[in-house]
Amino acid sequence: MNIVVCIKQVPDSAQIRVHPVTNTIMRQGVPTIINPYDLFALEEALKLRDRYGGKVTVLTMGPPMAKQALEKALAYGADEAVLLSDRHFAGSDTLATSFAISRAITNLGLRHAPEIVFTGKQTIDGDTAQVGPGIARRLELQQLTYVTKIVSVDLHAREITVERRSEGGTQMLKSQLPCLISVLEGVNALRRGSVADALRAARAQIPTWRAADAGIVEIANCGLRGSPTVVKRVFAPTPRAEKAIQIKLNDDQCGPLVDEIIASIFEHQPALEASFQPNGLT
Amino acid sequence: MKGEKFHAIVVGAGMSGNAAAYAMAMRGLKVLQLERGEYPGSKNVQGAILYADALEKIIPDFRDDAPLERHLVEQRFWIMDGASHTGIHYRSDDFNERRPNRYTIIRAQFDRWFSAKVREAGCTVLCETLATRLKQDSRGNVTGVYTDRPGEAISADVVVLAEGVNGFLGTRGRLRETPKPDSVALAVKEMHFLPEDVIAERFGLTADEGCVIEAGGTISRGVPGLGFLYTNKESISIGIGCLVSGLAAAMERPYDLLEAFKHHPSIRPLIAGSEVKEYAAHLIPEGGFTAIPQLFGNGWVVVGDAAQLNNTAHREGSNLAMTSGYLAGKAIADVKDRGGSMVKSNLALYKSMLDSSFVIKDLMKHKEMPRFLHANSQNLFVSYPKLISKAAQSFVRVDGNSKLDKEKATSAAFLKARSRWGLISDAVRLARAWR
Amino acid sequence: MEAHQAESQSPIVSRASAKKELPRHFRDNRHVWVFIELERGQVHPVSIELLGEGRKLADKLGVQLAGVVIGTAEDLGVRSAIAEAFAYGADLAYLVESPLLSDYRNEPFTKALSDLVILHKPEILLLGATSLGRDLAGSVATTLETGLTADCTELDVDADGSLAATRPTFGGSLLCTIYTLNSRPQMATVRPRVMATPKRVTHAIGPIIRHDLMMIEEEIVTKVLGFLPDERSEKINLAYADIVVAGGLGIGTAENLERVMVLARTIGGEFGCSRPLVQKGWMEVDRQIGQTGQTIRPKLYLAAGISGAVQHRVGVEGADLIVAINTDSNAPIFDFAHVAVVADAVALLPALTAAFTRRLAPHTNRCK
Repeated sequence: MNIVVCIKQVPDSAQIRVHPVTNTIMRQGVPTIINPYDLFALEEALKLRDRYGGKVTVLTMGPPMAKQALEKALAYGADEAVLLSDRHFAGSDTLATSFAISRAITNLGLRHAPEIVFTGKQTIDGDTAQVGPGIARRLELQQLTYVTKIVSVDLHAREITVERRSEGGTQMLKSQLPCLISVLEGVNALRRGSVADALRAARAQIPTWRAADAGIVEIANCGLRGSPTVVKRVFAPTPRAEKAIQIKLNDDQCGPLVDEIIASIFEHQPALEASFQPNGLT
Repeated sequence: MKGEKFHAIVVGAGMSGNAAAYAMAMRGLKVLQLERGEYPGSKNVQGAILYADALEKIIPDFRDDAPLERHLVEQRFWIMDGASHTGIHYRSDDFNERRPNRYTIIRAQFDRWFSAKVREAGCTVLCETLATRLKQDSRGNVTGVYTDRPGEAISADVVVLAEGVNGFLGTRGRLRETPKPDSVALAVKEMHFLPEDVIAERFGLTADEGCVIEAGGTISRGVPGLGFLYTNKESISIGIGCLVSGLAAAMERPYDLLEAFKHHPSIRPLIAGSEVKEYAAHLIPEGGFTAIPQLFGNGWVVVGDAAQLNNTAHREGSNLAMTSGYLAGKAIADVKDRGGSMVKSNLALYKSMLDSSFVIKDLMKHKEMPRFLHANSQNLFVSYPKLISKAAQSFVRVDGNSKLDKEKATSAAFLKARSRWGLISDAVRLARAWR
Repeated sequence: MEAHQAESQSPIVSRASAKKELPRHFRDNRHVWVFIELERGQVHPVSIELLGEGRKLADKLGVQLAGVVIGTAEDLGVRSAIAEAFAYGADLAYLVESPLLSDYRNEPFTKALSDLVILHKPEILLLGATSLGRDLAGSVATTLETGLTADCTELDVDADGSLAATRPTFGGSLLCTIYTLNSRPQMATVRPRVMATPKRVTHAIGPIIRHDLMMIEEEIVTKVLGFLPDERSEKINLAYADIVVAGGLGIGTAENLERVMVLARTIGGEFGCSRPLVQKGWMEVDRQIGQTGQTIRPKLYLAAGISGAVQHRVGVEGADLIVAINTDSNAPIFDFAHVAVVADAVALLPALTAAFTRRLAPHTNRCK
């Protein structure tokens, strides 16, 4: 099998702070991580490779430092990695991103086209979940999102059966290869790479592909130019005009404080008293 | 991977580990460095001050691209009580030299830079890899390490233990003892974000100049300890470190002490309006010379904090770490060049290099300091600061009393607190410990 | 919108070029469409919420609102979907009916919706950000090569008629407003409960424009083998609860969450938590409150030990009364809470529980 996993290097959003004066994002020292959702996709890919044989190639579009994410993926056991990086890609929205990545996938030079392209459910910085479907559409792959389990793969018949999370339940779907699968979080536990994998990753020479290397001639479809959506404004939410009623704790006395809070609640919402009813919900 | 062998494995990618790995890789050795954190620096905590002299000996042109915050031009020593501080300040324009002597740094960034250098030198660095125990042969000679990654142990001629104050590889392998509570301090620190111009204004600094405050006194509530404040480019590192045994005895928590320190009237205005960026805690070896363990053996050496190479009195640690790592690397490379094997007798070269360097010389000079601080903690950190504070205030305040009367009152206070004999023996003890 | 933008620049300055102009062939695109999602024969509430928003946008633009229903004639849900569309303000409805559309599958639904759009040219297309909606929206947007903004927390139109879609960014620390300048339709998805439920306005069924799917089953590769409904007999009803109590990192330990749950139970509310607690495994993901979890619109929201970052804020802003308890007087939650309590939630929660218990059972002779 040839399996491609698309990953993204993202800032560890839990550690991002906003400069109190200039309202800029303080990026210094914010560590970058592999988008956590992508790791579930990577593990699914590695499991399939271990079972059916073949190769897992990890691909990312990003700035030069995204190579670190690819190194990490290799250390988990992926076989090859490619960095897609070009200043022409700067400012790409999801449409432009799926264009570039799809083109790169076609030009990976694999012995045969990949049977499955994996992505994570969404990224923690963009949260759109749009690039996967974009790749599926462009490469005419069967689109299977929110997959919780790969039930079976028949390479000979080129068939795949999966379980997919939908509202209120799980769909059982049968489809054909090649397909794009976005994996739901929590469906597996990422393995620990062996010493051999870690050494291989540390020594790997990961190629950086510019647009031309990826077979992209239509620069107009990339970057800002190829992005129909545009961010016009970034801002911090304004505090509510009406200031909150401040209730402060004095002398560790919970009692009077609690009474004040409850009084305040009923003052704002007198109707609530009727709603309050103890329930036995566990 | 079966059978892959290295000349040296360095456990840890902190100051001492990076220095050792760099030194050996530059001499052409096949080196593997293991770091348990996600990236070098993720597990390291320091004030932090970089001592250029030590780094220059390893990477002479580090100033070209190393991430440096401010170069220090001023040092303030403060003796503090509840409401005051009495200080000696030294500032000099001499420190605005072409190759400044000390800098503040931010470890997460600095370590990443240092690690890049280590990699450029040809060393293989594995992160997120914890060395779990030493591989030893039937005679106890160290021949490699086991890690928490699936797979075989990794073999090497020599293992450099740069695993930090908490490192358990050496203790598990019975190469040294776990540090005792009276040999370690627990330090807590916060990074306070302030705009560059505010920092410059508050401390009277221009451009990249920096200032350091080291403070002692009632801020540690009788526990031997010191507070510090360092100016980075756009932030202030503020923290306090106290002897663990003292904390336990006094039932104090470092975080409470830090809060009190931050609210001290002398400190509060310096960090006013800042935003706390991060909080960290770390153990610091404080045992001094007498706590230094066996530094070398068959197939191993120990460097840095793991070897208790930290100078309490001068609050120097990273330069000792760097230097010890560098010397260990150098010794190992020298032994290899000679065609020698990594046996104890050959690795003794490391110790002799260390003995001739400032590292052991300084530690030996101050070997009585830890005991002295411990034995006299009440005086040093409570009584004297209060007396000094009162004396200074009396000197400065103009209240209609004659100067002579005031001086008499001050002397009386000192004598009352310590007695003539006490004062003299305190002085003598301090002199002895210092020398 | 991906993080690639602004990566190399320190201040967040819009790099939106004014050079982007709407090509001529899109200038005729008119009207606001809302995709009506059918879930097991029921209209998903998010579609109703979007009809309300869509109506506001259509009114501002002076155009019509249309509901788009895709399903099979055998499904009674289709009838009610059409009825609901008009009941909540649609001027017309589009309907694609085919047995191939009985269960959701990406291929036929994408074709149905894309074909409708190409033929009838709306300027705005809104979908709920459910698993179906996100699966569908991405495919349609790529097919149409148009802009799609996901998980919007606010929708508006500018003076020039373009859609301004606002959503959190940078992991939820800030908000950003996104436009689709040079293509149509402008697509956006919105999570359930982010927008308010509108009032029913009219009962009259208006014009229904039908469209044929023009696919045969043999063309469609993916087959639905079956559907397993969730086993849980008791659904967590956080999104629709009137009273919610939630805990954040400020409560310290997983054990302390018990206090949150007890208080919730005492006052007849639901309980939840902020994202970090789910990431720590202290609570299940269905109880996560915030932009990427559940959006709630209760009458009373009690936040214990939650700092109130933007990504949490947008999930709770719709609450009528927000009471926030936090030891840090500078916590961002105090910027939008109605009642700010600077105290330790861990100590306060049991005291609150006891006080409520007393208050709600005055005739029972209960001591604290």
